[in-house]
Amino acid sequence: MSLAEGTAPGRMDRGAAGGDDAEMARFDEIMAADGRIEPTDWMPDAYRRALVRQISQHAHSEIIGMQPEGNWIGRAPSLKRKAILMAKVQDEAGHGLYLYSAAQTLGTDRDTMFEQLITGKARYSSIFNYFTPTWADMGSIGWLVDGAAICNQVPLCRASYGPYGRAMVRICKEESFHQRQGFEILLALMRGTDAQREMAQESVNRWYGPALMMFGPPDADSPNSQQSMAWNIKRFSNDELRQRFVDMLVPQAEVLGITLPDPAIAWNEERQSYDLGDLDWTEFHEVLAGRGQANAERIERRREAHEGGEWVREAARAYARKQAEAADAAEAQVA
Amino acid sequence: MASPGESGGREQWPLWEVFIRSARGLSHVHAGSLHAPDAVMAVRNARDVYTRRNEGVSVWVVPAAAITASDPDARGAFFESPQGKDYRHATYYSEADAVRHL
Ligand SMILES: [Fe+2]
Ligand SMILES: [Fe+2]
Repeated sequence: MSLAEGTAPGRMDRGAAGGDDAEMARFDEIMAADGRIEPTDWMPDAYRRALVRQISQHAHSEIIGMQPEGNWIGRAPSLKRKAILMAKVQDEAGHGLYLYSAAQTLGTDRDTMFEQLITGKARYSSIFNYFTPTWADMGSIGWLVDGAAICNQVPLCRASYGPYGRAMVRICKEESFHQRQGFEILLALMRGTDAQREMAQESVNRWYGPALMMFGPPDADSPNSQQSMAWNIKRFSNDELRQRFVDMLVPQAEVLGITLPDPAIAWNEERQSYDLGDLDWTEFHEVLAGRGQANAERIERRREAHEGGEWVREAARAYARKQAEAADAAEAQVA
Repeated sequence: MASPGESGGREQWPLWEVFIRSARGLSHVHAGSLHAPDAVMAVRNARDVYTRRNEGVSVWVVPAAAITASDPDARGAFFESPQGKDYRHATYYSEADAVRHL
């Protein structure tokens, strides 16, 4: 828990108790006025639980999200591309950290969240359970996956929970280069040989649908959305965000010269928006249920990294302990 | 050292609050927090996490456990004094509105 976020020691569980009517009324008032809740404020249990779930899922996505791109750093086609990819992956690690910090202010410690991730109890975005067989996939991830993430995240800068909103502001600032570098990877391929253009198109064909599913199921099948929107921890519905994303993508795809793999896409003059076809939600639920291409591999890699790093953490702890003991001894001698 | 928000049997790295000065002449401002085994590592990690794009020229780290905060329950009473004392703001003095350079 972050003290400078305004939390007094030992007060973590205050909000866990039922809270009286006055506290509930005050909370409702803040929600109605689109105000902010800070860690020391009273909040309903359900709000706290929903936040921990949402923020930690988001943090896990950033952390697992390093893998599909991390595995291309060594194979990226130039030193510049390697450096860019490394900077991006490093950003994602930072995003995970900002979000874990925000979740911790709600009283859930980081080890618990790590544990939930590597034991498969916690979810992360299904998009990271797809393989990245070609270099063009680095372009598609930046353009489509980071693009969808940005679309999702910008409204969350105004989330009702203070530490979450502040983390999102920082993240959004950093994300903007992610999407652009992906777009430019695809653009470079589209300006290349026939084989390169084909590679870019084939990659977008694979990522387009899954990226659109990042916004979650259609509104009619998203039972928790209503509550999250009332709490201002979700600002727009899944379908609204998806529509907004597609409206941005279509002109960008034209610049690239890439065809979005949905023949139903057509401008709707009346709605001033693009119509789009149905997505394959069976696939979405399959991946969500753990039967995607890479679910097992991603968790296994995460577990290896976490457990393999234990000796480093232990060594750092031992070093800090010894330094502190030496400082204490020196002080005792002076006294 | 135990920090608030940390629980469980395993000894964890303490929590540090990070403050960044973005340019000379400006104050250090709270940027976020991180876990680190000691102050030296905390400063290094803070550099890596919070200043990857020239956001800072100086970093402070403070053990979160060393910060004393005002009591959130007593917020009303604690910050009561300025209430009703509008005369502490220049805008209170409206008679002077029309007068230039005042
Ligand atoms: Fe990110
Ligand atoms: Fe990103």
